Amino acid sequence: MSSAARPIANLRSATGIPTGRLAVWWVVASEIVIFGGILASYIMFRLAHDAWTVQAANTNTTIGAINTFVLLTSSLFAVLGHANAVDGNGKRAAFFLRLTALGGAIFIAIKSYEWYTEISHGFTITSNTFWSFYYTAAGLHALHVIAGAVILLLIARDAAKNLELHRVELIGIYWHFVDIVWIFLFPLLYIAK
Amino acid sequence: MAEAAAHHDEHHEHPNYVRIWAILLVLLIISVLGPMLEIRVVTLLTAFGIAVVKAYMVAKNFMHLNIEPRYVVYLMATMLVFMLLFFAGVAPDVMRFEGDNWVKPMQSTAAPGTLGHPDFVPHGEAGGEHH
Repeated sequence: MSSAARPIANLRSATGIPTGRLAVWWVVASEIVIFGGILASYIMFRLAHDAWTVQAANTNTTIGAINTFVLLTSSLFAVLGHANAVDGNGKRAAFFLRLTALGGAIFIAIKSYEWYTEISHGFTITSNTFWSFYYTAAGLHALHVIAGAVILLLIARDAAKNLELHRVELIGIYWHFVDIVWIFLFPLLYIAK
Repeated sequence: MAEAAAHHDEHHEHPNYVRIWAILLVLLIISVLGPMLEIRVVTLLTAFGIAVVKAYMVAKNFMHLNIEPRYVVYLMATMLVFMLLFFAGVAPDVMRFEGDNWVKPMQSTAAPGTLGHPDFVPHGEAGGEHH
């Protein structure tokens, strides 16, 4: 799409940054409140109930660490995609965006295996409050990973044709935020035992 | 292409992203190994302290928050303050089991037969009995 045919909102930058980027920052801001509320509630309950330590001992630290590695690596691919978009290399940017989406898919595959194991051992979302928090927080995060991976692939399709390269940065900001959420979920759910 | 050219003007050289990623991985390893010592202070520092450092590094180097206008940083900080306000407002209710004239029966350590014990049944007018 040529810039002449683009909606005015896409070209406006009265706030000092492109409107699209500002919109993503607003999304991130609202997500901070959503995930922050869940994590703050979890911390409150965790500190108030020593018995949760017994439940938390059943989460798999190795799997959590592997998934952290996967997400950190996917974040590297996302920022490398952005660097290539900045250089005007849409094909290479698309390549890195697809690698990022692959990272998201691996993350979800590992998480599916993890949940399958936990549920088959009797730890379900209704087992007790710890597991309710566990599945709610990790599940909401997983939904964000799935949504991000789909958007990454859509943007990669255009980027491969050198179209709308500014969107590479926008999805990157979102993806890095999803990574940051996991950076906090990992110690809270897997390490503090 | 126009956007790419505009971006190119903003950033002349890319940071060494692979090096930043490598540092993040080293921090990840420390955050896993630290709590194995089972020393509370070390666990807090290595697990949660390092999580804050990792988040800062991702926000600064990958999200490029450091080169955004200041108001974007203030926007993010405001949301974090909201989170702290929420915590401060709700924590006293969640984290305490009893206070002045109130108890949470299911979590109370009150002795059987006294107010606060889960099986306590109030008698008299306070318990709804009328003569």
